[in-house]
Amino acid sequence: MKPPEFDYVAPESLAEAHATLAPDPDAKVLAGGQSLIALLALRMSYPTTLVDLRRVPGLSGVKAEDGVVRIGAMTTQRQAERDATLAERVPLVGEALRHVAHPQIRNRGTVGGSIAHADPAAELPAVLLALDGRLHASSARGSRVIEADGFFAGFLMTALEPDEIVTAVEFKAAPPRTGAACAEVARRHGDYALAGAVAQVSRGGDGAVSETRVALLGVGDRPVRATAVEQALTGSAGDEAAIRAAAAGAGEGWSPVDDPQLSADYRVHLARVVTRRALEQAMERAS
Amino acid sequence: MNHPIRITVNGQVHDAEVAPRLTLADFLREELDLTATHLGCEHGVCGACTVVIDGTSARACLTLAVQADGAEVRTLEGVTRPNGELHPIQQAFWERHGMQCGFCTSGIVMTLTELLDEHQEPTREQVMEALGGNLCRCTGYVKILEAVDEAVSLLAAERVA
Repeated sequence: MKPPEFDYVAPESLAEAHATLAPDPDAKVLAGGQSLIALLALRMSYPTTLVDLRRVPGLSGVKAEDGVVRIGAMTTQRQAERDATLAERVPLVGEALRHVAHPQIRNRGTVGGSIAHADPAAELPAVLLALDGRLHASSARGSRVIEADGFFAGFLMTALEPDEIVTAVEFKAAPPRTGAACAEVARRHGDYALAGAVAQVSRGGDGAVSETRVALLGVGDRPVRATAVEQALTGSAGDEAAIRAAAAGAGEGWSPVDDPQLSADYRVHLARVVTRRALEQAMERAS
Repeated sequence: MNHPIRITVNGQVHDAEVAPRLTLADFLREELDLTATHLGCEHGVCGACTVVIDGTSARACLTLAVQADGAEVRTLEGVTRPNGELHPIQQAFWERHGMQCGFCTSGIVMTLTELLDEHQEPTREQVMEALGGNLCRCTGYVKILEAVDEAVSLLAAERVA
């Protein structure tokens, strides 16, 4: 299908973009378009105007400062996937990005776009949640920082106001002896996952697990932090038995429902399986 | 309201006025008559419309023509040599029967131009990762993978010559 009719502007400054969005709650921000244009083609979205950010300077690139890594919202997923700073300091981003659709999509899809779109089966929203990332957002009314916790409000819904633009995503650099991994089960390679897990584990000087971060994707209307899993693994030896025991808690903290693809029971089973796989791989890399 | 755009396609500059809703795929096919770019699903799943935009492969159906203002676009028409000879990747698909119905082939060739520019000898894993974004419902990919191996050899031979 073809997209519906809409107006289009490609402002050359953030201020100009703010001014276009301010009076019109049905105007939409266009980043890489890899989710939005598909929604338009499927006639699931009818924006009045698309505000394309491609000409706005300063929205792309990766910068590390004082233990914080900042990714410009318009940084393409391909750039982030190949970025050396991210690979070293926030390895979960690259691990998760390899599971995002296909290279042809990641070439244009952006980091900020994927998070603002908030598909519950997408990888980057789960990474943001697992790592307690922060979003920088701005509008004609000013700018603010939004914490990951509470940002995702439901299917394709977030705490962003209609006039707000995500300008950057921020993560704390991972501690030393940290490993990260993403595991998914999907019907076809590159499809949205039926269930997936992103995991980051760190070991202390004594070899025990000092920190565990896990979030699930594809299990509900938004990504879910697997708090029970994190608590169970932290402090343990991080061996096979500890991982297995911790992953068993992956069904807690969310309400599985039957849907046309999967039964609720099977989705819980998958959540445990992908959590175990992600933790095993992350732990190997943390050693 | 239509928007003026300037897009370079296969080295040729085109000025046009387009509606914002017009995708790059439809611009190429309908306005420029470059019909080697095929349209399958029109929402980013099948990869038939893959073209190269500013050096990287992309879905022409998930790119608006207005977004491609100022961009350099390469389509299959620009892969075939100016004298009409097949590019080594095309030649390899011909020789190894890397297609059956051929609908997906132009997208696959475009994906491969990017892959083989970046990796002269890609691993099987790299090839499968790249081709994962291009659906072929005929071949089962076996002949396509053979064609990629052949293309790697043909391109290597061409570099020596």
